[in-house]
Amino acid sequence: MLKTFAKGGIHPPENKFSADKKVERLPIPKKVSVPVSQHIGAPSKVIVKKGDIVKTGQLIAEQSGFVSANIHSPVSGKVFKIDLVTDTSGYRHQAIIINVEGDEWDEKIDRSEDLKRDFDFSSEQIIKKIQQAGIVGLGGATFPSHIKLMPPKDTKAEILIINGVECEPYLTSDHRLMLEKGEEILVGIQILMKALRVEKASIGIENNKQDAIYNLKKLVKNYKNIDIVSLKVQYPQGGEKQLIKAITGREVSSGALPIVVGAVVHNVGTAYAVYEAVQKNKALIERVVTITGKSVTKPGNYLVRFGTPIKDLIDAAGGLPEDTGKIIGGGPMMGKALNTTDIPIAKGTSGILILPKEESKRREVKPCIRCAKCIEVCPMGLEPYLLMTLAEKAMHERSEKEDVMDCIECGSCSYTCPSDRPLLDYIRLGKTQVGAMRRAKSMK
Amino acid sequence: MNGVVIATIITISSVGIIAAIILYWASQKFKVFEDPRIDEVEDALPSANCGGCGFPGCRPFAEACVKADDFEDLYCPVGGNETMMAVAKVLGKKVSEKAKMVAVMKCNGATQFRKKHTEYDGALNCTIQHNLYGGETACQYGCLGLGECVDACGFDAMYMDPETELPVIIEDMCTACGACVEACPKDIIELRPVGKKSKRIFVSCVSHEKAGPSKKACSVACIGCGLCFKECKYDAIKIENVLAYIDPIKCVLCRKCVVVCPTSAIWEVNFPARKVKPTIEKKTKLTEIKEIDLIKTAKENSKKDNKTE
Repeated sequence: MLKTFAKGGIHPPENKFSADKKVERLPIPKKVSVPVSQHIGAPSKVIVKKGDIVKTGQLIAEQSGFVSANIHSPVSGKVFKIDLVTDTSGYRHQAIIINVEGDEWDEKIDRSEDLKRDFDFSSEQIIKKIQQAGIVGLGGATFPSHIKLMPPKDTKAEILIINGVECEPYLTSDHRLMLEKGEEILVGIQILMKALRVEKASIGIENNKQDAIYNLKKLVKNYKNIDIVSLKVQYPQGGEKQLIKAITGREVSSGALPIVVGAVVHNVGTAYAVYEAVQKNKALIERVVTITGKSVTKPGNYLVRFGTPIKDLIDAAGGLPEDTGKIIGGGPMMGKALNTTDIPIAKGTSGILILPKEESKRREVKPCIRCAKCIEVCPMGLEPYLLMTLAEKAMHERSEKEDVMDCIECGSCSYTCPSDRPLLDYIRLGKTQVGAMRRAKSMK
Repeated sequence: MNGVVIATIITISSVGIIAAIILYWASQKFKVFEDPRIDEVEDALPSANCGGCGFPGCRPFAEACVKADDFEDLYCPVGGNETMMAVAKVLGKKVSEKAKMVAVMKCNGATQFRKKHTEYDGALNCTIQHNLYGGETACQYGCLGLGECVDACGFDAMYMDPETELPVIIEDMCTACGACVEACPKDIIELRPVGKKSKRIFVSCVSHEKAGPSKKACSVACIGCGLCFKECKYDAIKIENVLAYIDPIKCVLCRKCVVVCPTSAIWEVNFPARKVKPTIEKKTKLTEIKEIDLIKTAKENSKKDNKTE
């Protein structure tokens, strides 16, 4: 029996069209706009000004708070201006716009492709390097990684879990990375283990990526204490709490962090970025992005510098199909529709999905028929139909008691609802209102 | 037979008497003293239970009134000064008059002025859309048009205009309870004093965008050009973060700012019609002047920047 999480879950059609497409390098655009808020937490502070000459990998915006991350120039060239640019949040935020001139890299960066296995850094040195490189969780949540490597004093990490699940339909960027950069990921995991001072690491991979499991199992023989766990194909297997439950059998209690059960979860993409940051001194300036969709002529996986407009990526995939209904940043389950194609690719963009018109339109909302399907599929054991009604009626105290804050926003409830009710939209509303209420209380 | 009847009467009566004694004792022992003035004050209030005063309803407000030493922070926006006078009379206290307020809609971006570039088909709730993205138009500050304020209004003082897709506030019905102000996720609605003879002048825009993108997104947006600021002799207008704001207390309702505004973002309400309406030609001229001014100020600013560096 394959391992999986305890409650709920769904299995949407996988549609992984780009799974066999090698990662290609997308040409550097003429102009990039690098948003200063590419992570959860405080926006970074810009340290360059108009007219400055920057090199690839040079620090251009620095961390401005505890939960924040450095941002490095993804290209070399001249800072054109610092202006507001629409980013993946759907709002105009500050961004550094750079006119590209050549591709000159910072001297400290090792640009060779050779694998560097050995490292001799202390835990603190590794964490510092990761912090300086501005690495954030590349699974999509973009939480600064160095904070996760510094567990609170009264807790102890026992196991490092690497998330190679990629349970979102369509997306294949992590899959390709595990196939092509398997060894680098394993070195990255070793570095993370050293930083966390843990003896054990598990890589969780969904069973539909047989080639990746085979590849990593073959490579892992040379590394101690890392095991590969194949998991049942079930959404949301890649949710942090779901993955911990599936691999360790431990359940993270409501409102608690994974560290209370001794687990720390990082994405495979993050492990690769850690390898590059520690072994090659290369800051986080690019990532693998999947471009896919049913009507896209050439779906594929591209290594894209941050700040590249998604338009370029769409052009590389054969242009925008005629029947385009929505362009989604991320996967179909948790991703978000984007309002222009000028939006720059940022640290959290794991994929661009182009949905045809007939699939993108929301269907008419019908009354709740009390079938309880949403309760059945909720991986957190919540009652989505109730949380929606509470949010609609602005009964936020009651929603807090019903643990609305435990919702991981996976969207299984909205997916499964036979009446097409916008459950997740209202639960998100409830979450923001309860969050605001809690903040107001703590202010008092 | 007689014996049974008598026994029943005696038993039931004694149970009644004992219960009466217990109830009397309990009512004396656990008596809650309630100020009779609370009821009187509550009777004087409009019983709308809207929460506009900051209390959960009219009775808690009445309790607060009875407890309070002065009425500085207590005001029923629905009843206004008359109600407060009545309350003060009941309690034998003095009350100072406060200006009557009314809600104003500070977005004029009707569909003909503000082109839509995306289509939103999610849940019909402003806050949900606001959390998702900036809105269907290029202006990320403007009204989303899903009518959460209309739903929040407990006095039927608002409705959605299907043509402009903006909410309309019916002045006579508005009690300035502030429910719509709280409901709007974009902070577009503001409570302003009603003004002399209900005449009001205000900037009907909340965009903090720079002139270029602002104008591109909406033809009636405040672009922060500063012409109204220069025109106002009474120091009532301030420009903060590329947006003009007219101070209702300092404003003397001279209407000069309304004429100079190149984008017609300044609104005048309840004024008699002008003798000579500003023609379109005049407007274009003003726009040109504004543009020249903008270039000048930009140049000056850049000079200043260079100097400071």
